[in-house]
Amino acid sequence: MTTDAIRQREQRTGWILVTPALLLLLLVFAYPIGRAFWESFFTKNLGSELQPVFSGVENYTRMAFDGRFWGSLRNTTIFTVASVVLELLIGMGIALVLNQAFRGRGAIRTIAILPWALPTALIALAWTWIFNDQYGVVNDILRRLGLIETGINWLGEPTLAMIAVIIADVWKTTPFISILLLAGLQSISNDLYEAHALDGATAWQSFRQITLPLLMPQILIAGLFRFAQAFGIFDLIAVMTGGGPGGATETVSLYVYSTVMRYLDFGYGAALVVVTFLLLVLAVAIANFLLSKLRARAAGVESR
Amino acid sequence: MTTIDRPLDAQADEIAVAKQPPKPGFSWQRLGVPIAAFLIAVFCLAPILWQLLTSIKVNADISAVPTVYFPTRFTLNHYTELFTRRPFLQYVLNSFLVSILSTLLALGLGAPAAYALARMRIPGEKAVLAGVLIVTLFPYILLFLGLLEVVRALGLGNNYLALIIPYTAINLPLTILVMRSFFQQLPRDLEDAAKVDGFNTWQMLTQIVLPMTLPALVTTGILTFISAWNEFIFALTFITREDMKTIPVAAAQLGGASIFEIPYGPIAAATVLGTLPLVILVLLFQRKIVQGLTAGAVKG
Repeated sequence: MTTDAIRQREQRTGWILVTPALLLLLLVFAYPIGRAFWESFFTKNLGSELQPVFSGVENYTRMAFDGRFWGSLRNTTIFTVASVVLELLIGMGIALVLNQAFRGRGAIRTIAILPWALPTALIALAWTWIFNDQYGVVNDILRRLGLIETGINWLGEPTLAMIAVIIADVWKTTPFISILLLAGLQSISNDLYEAHALDGATAWQSFRQITLPLLMPQILIAGLFRFAQAFGIFDLIAVMTGGGPGGATETVSLYVYSTVMRYLDFGYGAALVVVTFLLLVLAVAIANFLLSKLRARAAGVESR
Repeated sequence: MTTIDRPLDAQADEIAVAKQPPKPGFSWQRLGVPIAAFLIAVFCLAPILWQLLTSIKVNADISAVPTVYFPTRFTLNHYTELFTRRPFLQYVLNSFLVSILSTLLALGLGAPAAYALARMRIPGEKAVLAGVLIVTLFPYILLFLGLLEVVRALGLGNNYLALIIPYTAINLPLTILVMRSFFQQLPRDLEDAAKVDGFNTWQMLTQIVLPMTLPALVTTGILTFISAWNEFIFALTFITREDMKTIPVAAAQLGGASIFEIPYGPIAAATVLGTLPLVILVLLFQRKIVQGLTAGAVKG
């Protein structure tokens, strides 16, 4: 057999192994997105008796003047930025602690992953109970501390409801970030710190000048993953507030869901999906650009 | 696209082995670190433990003001109510069925693809990998509208396949990425030697490669199982028959006869039961989970 024939056979076997997975990915990821692009140019709702009627960019012009859409985009942005920033800060703190040597570290590390592994919908139920206006433990603690007289209606006040869902999300997903950052911390050689300490650097200086720059790839990757997940948050908010009160915690995901499932407005729902998708792609492109710039810089430092 | 190219096992070992003595110079750490560690444990456990405590309180204590932190009366009524007044056992079975089948399918489709992407030179390999990486970032809300049509067109509404197929697909990217990085670390000599010994490709894969792959399969399998067990939006949309619901949806929809009668006790009990299998998984496989997560994410 010639090398060409061997290579051809290898390629064929390779494609046979890859194709089933690829087909499934196309069906579940590519088709729905492509379909949404197509459907977004049609009106398909109760007004059109659920029959698709071509309407050009009407769905998109409608979106431009849809206050509820802009409100949901604002809520999504607040939720995403607040939760990702808090998670990165707290996740970094937890990773730094778990990287130290102390007794019972293995047990604490196990406990520290736990929230990430549990079902978000059930965790949302737990936090709904914690923030309950009558019997919730948060109100009880505040009352015992004498900070409040009567129970606060956490999930019933716009700003407080947003704070409550952000707290629940931070609790649930900070472990994901600390796992990634901890792995990054463990790959940093201890010699660097010792040499730096000999030069008279303080712990804070070491953190700023060694830990942070070397950890930057992990921080960006963790941040990117979390950004995408937080931007599409659905289950946590759907269970805790259902988007309420008065739409104060309605994110784009929840708006898409009720547009389709409650108002049966498939065309407009598709346009919302398209815009959400494009916003996400834009954000990922920016993050990827930053990441590659960072890597280029890191490579430059190493080769010096 | 790789930032850290080190064997998975080496990373795991570092995680397991106590690495460094406390650094000289900051002695406050000796006091501060254990306190911080304790606070982390409290932060991570408190909401779950609170739900556990609520689930065994009697109704009078649940709705007591001020809150009862150390109840003197305990009850299992909230648990028995879940099984007698609702088909909770069925929910549990549904969740297990759907999660296990999609885990097996994701491994069965993902591992061969990962092997091909790691070992064979396929034209278009880069494009396939880039695509796989990008879809890990897709929120499921972008998919549910199109999938709803697929489900309707194929008549899969209220069919377990309406969950198994998407769950398999949404876990394929991670499976492929983690398994691919595993195969890349596998010494190629073994496969070459098997070929010299007259094994054909199929025999080589099943008799030599597969047994060595088991640990990595377990790692990715656990991650898939967790994600399938936790999924909410597809389960909420594609399954409406009561006796086919999975735990997250069924628990979220537990309601009383009226809005004034929210069954806090049974909700807490359902939370505890629904999280229990995952708590056990984390306790047993903490190292593997960390290993799989870091491998999957870092390969991005």
